[in-house]
Amino acid sequence: MTSHNNLTIKKAREGLLKKDFSAVELLNAYLEQIERKNSELNAFITVCKSEALEQAKHADKLLSEGQDLPLLGIPIALKDIYSTKGIQTTAGSNVLKGYIPPFDATVVARLKEAGAVIIGKTNLDAWAHGSSGENSDFGPTKNPWNTDFVPGGSSSGSAVSVSAQMAIAATGTDTGGSIRLPASFTNTVGLKPTYGRVSRYGIVAMASSLDSIGHFTKNVEDSALFLNVTAGNDPLDGTTPTVEVPDYTKKLDKDIKGIRIGIPKEYFIAGMDPKVRENIEKAIKFYEENGCKIEQISLPHTEYAIATYYIIQPAEVSSNLARYDGIRYGNKRKTFGEEAKRRIMLGTFTLSVGYYDAYYKKALKVRTLLIKDFEEAFKKVDAIIAPVSPTLPWKIGEKANDPLSMYLSDVFTVTANITGHPGLSIPTGFVDGFPVGMQIIGPHFKEELLFNLGHRYEQEHKWFERNPYET
Amino acid sequence: MKVDVLHIAKLANLTLSKEEIAKYEEQLSSILSYIDKLQKVDTKNVPETSQVTGLENVTSDDQTFPSLSQDDALSNSQNKHNGLFKVKGILNDQP
Amino acid sequence: MNRSTNGLKGILMKHRVIIGLEVHVELKTRRKMFCNCSAQYFGQEPNTHTCPVCLGLPGALPVANRKAIQWCTQIGMALNCSIPSFSKFDRKNYFYPDLPKGYQISQYDEPFCLKGEIAVNGAKIGITRVHMEEDTGKLLHETVDGEKVSLIDFNRSGVPLVEIVTEPDFDNAKNVKAYLQKLQQIVRYLGVSDADMEKGQMRLEPNISISLDENSKSLPKYKVEVKNINSFSFVEKAINFEIKRQLEILERGETPVQETRGWDETKQKTVTQRVKEEANDYRYFPEPDIPPIKWNEKELAKLNESLPELPDEKLNRFIKQYRLSDYNAEILTREIDLADYFEEAVKLDKAVTPKQIANHIINKKVNINNVFPAKLIAEILSSSKIEDVSREDLIKIIKEVLAKNPKIRADYALGNESVLQFAIGQVMYVLRKKIDVNHLRNLIVEELK
Repeated sequence: MTSHNNLTIKKAREGLLKKDFSAVELLNAYLEQIERKNSELNAFITVCKSEALEQAKHADKLLSEGQDLPLLGIPIALKDIYSTKGIQTTAGSNVLKGYIPPFDATVVARLKEAGAVIIGKTNLDAWAHGSSGENSDFGPTKNPWNTDFVPGGSSSGSAVSVSAQMAIAATGTDTGGSIRLPASFTNTVGLKPTYGRVSRYGIVAMASSLDSIGHFTKNVEDSALFLNVTAGNDPLDGTTPTVEVPDYTKKLDKDIKGIRIGIPKEYFIAGMDPKVRENIEKAIKFYEENGCKIEQISLPHTEYAIATYYIIQPAEVSSNLARYDGIRYGNKRKTFGEEAKRRIMLGTFTLSVGYYDAYYKKALKVRTLLIKDFEEAFKKVDAIIAPVSPTLPWKIGEKANDPLSMYLSDVFTVTANITGHPGLSIPTGFVDGFPVGMQIIGPHFKEELLFNLGHRYEQEHKWFERNPYET
Repeated sequence: MKVDVLHIAKLANLTLSKEEIAKYEEQLSSILSYIDKLQKVDTKNVPETSQVTGLENVTSDDQTFPSLSQDDALSNSQNKHNGLFKVKGILNDQP
Repeated sequence: MNRSTNGLKGILMKHRVIIGLEVHVELKTRRKMFCNCSAQYFGQEPNTHTCPVCLGLPGALPVANRKAIQWCTQIGMALNCSIPSFSKFDRKNYFYPDLPKGYQISQYDEPFCLKGEIAVNGAKIGITRVHMEEDTGKLLHETVDGEKVSLIDFNRSGVPLVEIVTEPDFDNAKNVKAYLQKLQQIVRYLGVSDADMEKGQMRLEPNISISLDENSKSLPKYKVEVKNINSFSFVEKAINFEIKRQLEILERGETPVQETRGWDETKQKTVTQRVKEEANDYRYFPEPDIPPIKWNEKELAKLNESLPELPDEKLNRFIKQYRLSDYNAEILTREIDLADYFEEAVKLDKAVTPKQIANHIINKKVNINNVFPAKLIAEILSSSKIEDVSREDLIKIIKEVLAKNPKIRADYALGNESVLQFAIGQVMYVLRKKIDVNHLRNLIVEELK
């Protein structure tokens, strides 16, 4: 591993612009790391070596011409649920094994336009169904901090690719915590933007009204840089508002004095690992010491979030997975894995005649109440801080036969998906050798504030400078 | 709650094995009994939220863009014939 | 009930025929409903009008065509529907190889148009709803290499489709046919569809049932839907066949099976169609990819104002304004192009009455694509007979004209025959009546001798 693998986007850009190294050299450092580590971690389903080399060479040409683009020459991994023209896109499922999209997802097109080098497609729980990364038809992804443990999911490979220094940044999707949870389990920064902030076009849909398109980076500043490229209205996605896209890096250093931070009492529950709790409380202390006003708040419907989520999400899943009939692309429906079938069944049931009102309609009403909870809270506070997971990563296989307990690991993350709020997961240190993270949740489209709060904490603690391979 | 797994599987176009039917019967009923806690929430006069953006009237102009070529459209299909997708005759089972 | 083995006796039983209709009309927008592929698929090479959206590729998302929504709403307005200010799309979930997403984007409980009505042969027909959805791909059933297969062309997938549902207000096939003709006329007037049955741009599904209780308002417990009808005359035949078939069953004391049947034109009967899947459970839910549609009053008023004059209004105006017979007015307003042609001709020459123009168009079966209105007027003028004008009066006017224009005589004497045309025009101008031009010409020539 060369020193290139430690770089943030910002530092790598500086090196490229100063000609300390070329984009091809940078790419090779990451390809070598993949070569070294991927067989152990199983973070990538596809490595796009030749395409990436072409892109890196092109980046070097542009750099030699004095051109600059926001992500020029930066090796980036894509969760294998982002459609990539000419490159296999599997969604982690055998159903899509061999499927080669004839088009790029909007985010992929934007990343390419910004000069990014697409290094590969990362592993995930099939169809993004899962919290652990174990549920992939291409084998489980492993946590680089301890390979007997899960890295969190569903964007497991993307989190691990950044954590294990196989990519500088990686894309993910967050439908119920699928970015924030693996970020907190791997010592990476994970952003789940406001619903609609980033286009969903071309990203295999899990639950359309919940899917949030975000990314993993080493630190908060990179996360802001990345969002600068991906955010904004897309005419191909009718659910992306035309809300202005600010330069998200502008307010990173702003003074945080006086910012009101809410701590929801429902998120510090019995059954939470006391060491995780202590870790988060220490992080909260930082904000208190830096002039933020810490207030205990209540989000009274929180206990109904998982139930609400496990009605809305499988219902949309059952419909979104109906197109996979093996006629136009992909393989037959019998190739669906166990979890996908379970969700299709659950969603088909809750939408069926006689049950729609009791389940689906009811859930849409409770969703309104959950949104109200946040609206009330954001009258009193500017942002909310909460743990991402009540526990540390678990051992691979531990929850495999108990779907309900697996579902409950999303307890702190699903609400932001139901309500559409943005959440930033940032490392807050280590417990028993495992990374821990907190999430900062803000009002719709206030990602700037989340970056500001996250960045200030990070500058003080710099957890991101630690990696699983340091000596 | 007991779910008619066979009926649901038919609606969902899934073919399940005997073991799967038994397993899903048990798992779905355990998940549903958890989900049933929602019935405790008072939602009288509460409107439904199916989308959170608050957006309305997002439409586009009546303008055409080039389509995929026939080759591209069919490129991922394993069964095709003369520019068409091919499936087993669906009228075969006609009485 | 008096049992009888004679099927004909059933027809004599007291009964009430109940018919409702579902009609699908394909809109002629440039692009498809939810993507930018061209909607003009007819006769094109298969699978050349598709994209990730209408092929249902992973990750593709729909964006609704504004023009199609407006046109759907205008159809509703023309059928006197109320237009709710809030409307949305829903997913209708079912599996079929021609349905690429495994669901059809349609409208369930909040369609664009509700509760309209339209008069047909003096009967009021209630319109339940008019809603917007997307068409499916097209299936072809063939034998390839000895194997029975179904082939799919997705060019039609996603073409905007408007569904118009009536109340079960029809009690005979004749009115159904009249309604369908009227509906076709309306969408053509609106310019939103060519509604060509042969091209599948208009599809009909009558549902028919019979109640043996003449007075009861309640509907029978069954109904039979008939599909695969591709002309107005077949719909009449299919319905009459069904009425007879169902009566025979009822007469035996049985209840017809609730089912979908198809019209078989060669056998001249309806036949049971394959039963699709099991009970219809479409698991509708709000389409999460498309934000709802909200109208404000100004927008609706604007849409309403931009409606053209509709067939009924035009018919009444023609009768009143041009003093046409009901029969003539009906023929002239059947197609908007013909109506426009007629009015253009009327404006051209006040010397010819609208009635003459109407008669000429109808009796001579004028091809409006070949005969310009000006030429039509000329034809009418030249074919008119001298009726009220006596030979003496004509000669008197000719003499006056020749006296006033001595140049006519002079030019004619020099062999310039074309000057006759001028003379005819001058006589006609004074006369202000349509006469036989050849006759007039002969009279003028005689005077010039």
